[in-house]
Amino acid sequence: MTIDVFVYFAALAFMLVLSVVKERRDLKIIWLFLLVGSILLLIFDKAYVVFTMITAAKVLAASMGAAFLFRLTLRHFVPADFVKEVVTLPLTAAFGLLVILITALTGIFAPWIAPFGEAEIVTSSFAPADQIHLMGSDQLGRDMFSRIVYGARNSVGLAFAATCLAFFVGASAGLMAAVKGGWFDQIAGRLADVIMSVPSLIFALLILSIFGTSIFVIILVAAAIYSPRVFRLARAVGRNTVVMEFIEAARLRGEGDWYLIRREILPNTTAPLIAELGLVFCYVFLLIAGLSFLGLGLQPPTADWGSMVRENAALISFGDVTPLIPASAIALLTISINFVVDWMLHRTSGLKE
Amino acid sequence: MSIENKTEFILEMRGLCVDGYSNEGWMPILKGIDLTLRRGEILGLIGESGAGKSTLGAAAMGYVRDGTRFASGSVNFDGIELTIASEAKKNTLRGARIAYVAQSAAASFNPAHKLIDQHCEAPLQHRLRTKTAAQKDAIQLYEQLRLPNPKEIGFRYPHQVSGGQLQRAMTAMAMSCRPDLLIFDEPTTALDVTTQIDVLSAIRDIVRVYNTAAIYITHDLAVVAQMADRIKVLLRGKEIEEAPTRNMLLSPQEEYTKSLWAVRSFKSPSKPAPKEDEKPLVSLHNIHASYNKNDKIVDDVSFEIFKGMTVAVVGESGSGKSTIARVMTGLLPPDQGNVRRMDKRLPLHYKSRSREQLRQIQMIYQMADTALNPKIPVCEIIGRPAEFYSGLQGAELKGRVEELLELIELDPAEYYNRRPSELSGGQKQRIGIARALAADPEIIICDEITSALDQLVAEGILRLLDSLQRELNMTYMFITHDLATVRAIADFIVVMKDGKVIEKGTKEEVLSPPHHSYTELLLSSVPEMDPDWLSDLLKQRG
Repeated sequence: MTIDVFVYFAALAFMLVLSVVKERRDLKIIWLFLLVGSILLLIFDKAYVVFTMITAAKVLAASMGAAFLFRLTLRHFVPADFVKEVVTLPLTAAFGLLVILITALTGIFAPWIAPFGEAEIVTSSFAPADQIHLMGSDQLGRDMFSRIVYGARNSVGLAFAATCLAFFVGASAGLMAAVKGGWFDQIAGRLADVIMSVPSLIFALLILSIFGTSIFVIILVAAAIYSPRVFRLARAVGRNTVVMEFIEAARLRGEGDWYLIRREILPNTTAPLIAELGLVFCYVFLLIAGLSFLGLGLQPPTADWGSMVRENAALISFGDVTPLIPASAIALLTISINFVVDWMLHRTSGLKE
Repeated sequence: MSIENKTEFILEMRGLCVDGYSNEGWMPILKGIDLTLRRGEILGLIGESGAGKSTLGAAAMGYVRDGTRFASGSVNFDGIELTIASEAKKNTLRGARIAYVAQSAAASFNPAHKLIDQHCEAPLQHRLRTKTAAQKDAIQLYEQLRLPNPKEIGFRYPHQVSGGQLQRAMTAMAMSCRPDLLIFDEPTTALDVTTQIDVLSAIRDIVRVYNTAAIYITHDLAVVAQMADRIKVLLRGKEIEEAPTRNMLLSPQEEYTKSLWAVRSFKSPSKPAPKEDEKPLVSLHNIHASYNKNDKIVDDVSFEIFKGMTVAVVGESGSGKSTIARVMTGLLPPDQGNVRRMDKRLPLHYKSRSREQLRQIQMIYQMADTALNPKIPVCEIIGRPAEFYSGLQGAELKGRVEELLELIELDPAEYYNRRPSELSGGQKQRIGIARALAADPEIIICDEITSALDQLVAEGILRLLDSLQRELNMTYMFITHDLATVRAIADFIVVMKDGKVIEKGTKEEVLSPPHHSYTELLLSSVPEMDPDWLSDLLKQRG
């Protein structure tokens, strides 16, 4: 542990000197604050806080290192046009991409990765982690690690399907409203207003308790709740494009609405729409996790991150971290998506300058 | 280098280099410019866009835009070295001793505040005057700049006064602290010729009265000839030559300067008049049009366009000339009247026209930036109309696109796959022409297509259109406010004012006396290369 502490202070001191040399006043204050704070904590016998900070710093450093390596590797696997993008990729976005990639691969190859089946009872309830059961077991004695792996497939796959549906409906209606205007715009807009005016969770609970909790109903409900958001964005960016003269030129040529949307408007609106896709995915994912937590999402014994939090929630009072594992999986994925979305938004706004 | 170093010049630049940051790193924008300016002297800066005129103007205030930096050289303003002066020091100078007048006054005024409040900001900020004194001074300046109702006009908001008045109000604002140096960055480019005269004479007088030094940036040679004592010609960040205005106009030394001077010489040879019994290709019959019922934009307009001819529709902004184009294309169905092709009525709305009827009328727009889809490559922009109307596919389509690119004098191998962002302004406009030609139309409507371009580039476009006309027997309707363009290319002229046709006829009829009084006003307002033109004209008009 002493080596850790030594490295920690050396690193802080190094960063402080670096920020002084580079004349970054904002960073200088942060590093100084951390350094002085850590020393004071040690002096006043609060070493455990410092150890927590060291652990956090380790996690942060490991993530940054992983992101950095990922970026280095990625540039060899992308087409020549994108190499520049990859090299200038911020570390946060690289980390986000890495997590998304890992989650996607885990979901796709779940049966090969997971050591046990998702509903298979293999050991005693709430068994602690060991060599065979990497994350311990849940309340019925199922392997936690296998369930997390299957959960990546179920929760993420479901959220992905719902997002795509929300997107398809919202974006095509929004762009159509931008092109057509008039009564179509009015009706679609008012319909979106109606859906948005109902609190989303209550709306979801209502529909799910009427039609039952099948996968299709969950997808439809999530899509219905989030498509108005996409609709409004698509309509707004679409309207900005529709007033351009190249649209007028295409209309005077006699082109139909579908061509206008597909070839003239869509290429000019992809950037904000893709960024929105990421955000909506996060919301849908959290909504489905929330529904599962309430018992209205995916039904047992299907592994799902949201319901896994609920099933193991009792352990929290015993100071066990098991329920935090699926919760942190949810947090990690949403944060990663947000990192990537931030980078995309920044990039598109940068291009407009 | 000492910061205080007085000279006889109010502004002195020595070997000034400014770099701009781009994908390839720092690239020079200005490459070693020397410039001197005495008190009370006006220096004209001319050059095409991208020559570094505006960067030089900003550098005279010690300002570099984001992504640019002073690389070397000095800018000495009345003994103060601006390239190394602190921001605080420069802030005490800007507005008080150096002032700037921007191209678009409409975009530079804050629409939420009254003119006079914005006027008083600088004197109050620099603690030169009290609010009441500053307001009194503002009214005096408004009077000197010949603004109507000088006592009252300052209490209006920017949208309540016209463009020319706004530009003068902005000049007044720049004068509010009686600066030693004024920088005008294309102050009249966005104005009509008739308004331009008022602004030019007002600016010239006020600069003389207060003995202010000024840098006048423009791409219009005739304007700079009226304003400047000396002219400096810039090309790609380098000075080409500098001389007193009269010498420069009489005997330019460098090839590039000569080519600038020669721009206005292009004239399309006149074509044989149409036969007596020839039916007009397109004709407008008693068109009345409006965007809302109470506000008539076009009022009883009729004229004919004959095959192979160029009809120029001339007028100031707001005269309804662009609305005529919208009526012809069917974007704005007229309230009364009709559009006929070969004496057959065309449906009024574009949606009720057949594909064939749509093909026959094509349009080229003023702003190529918004008229071409930035995300689509050139081959598809041009290829789509060919594919859409004549159903060409694959190799045939590719051949047609290449043929069109050759027609507009762009190398197919190089430009086939480019996107509009990878083209210059003139090239974009050529792509716009190719897109219109791709439909194989009978008539092309050109809506102010050269007004956003530099003169040399604009001339190239006009020559291209003229040669295409001869080659393909094309018909043009040319909408413009620029009479030089009209002189160069038109066969017939329609003069419009306030939605009405003032005068129409062949070029010879309209451009030779006796004129209608409004045509006379328009014609006499076009600046000429003679440095005495403005003074003579003002004397003439009394």
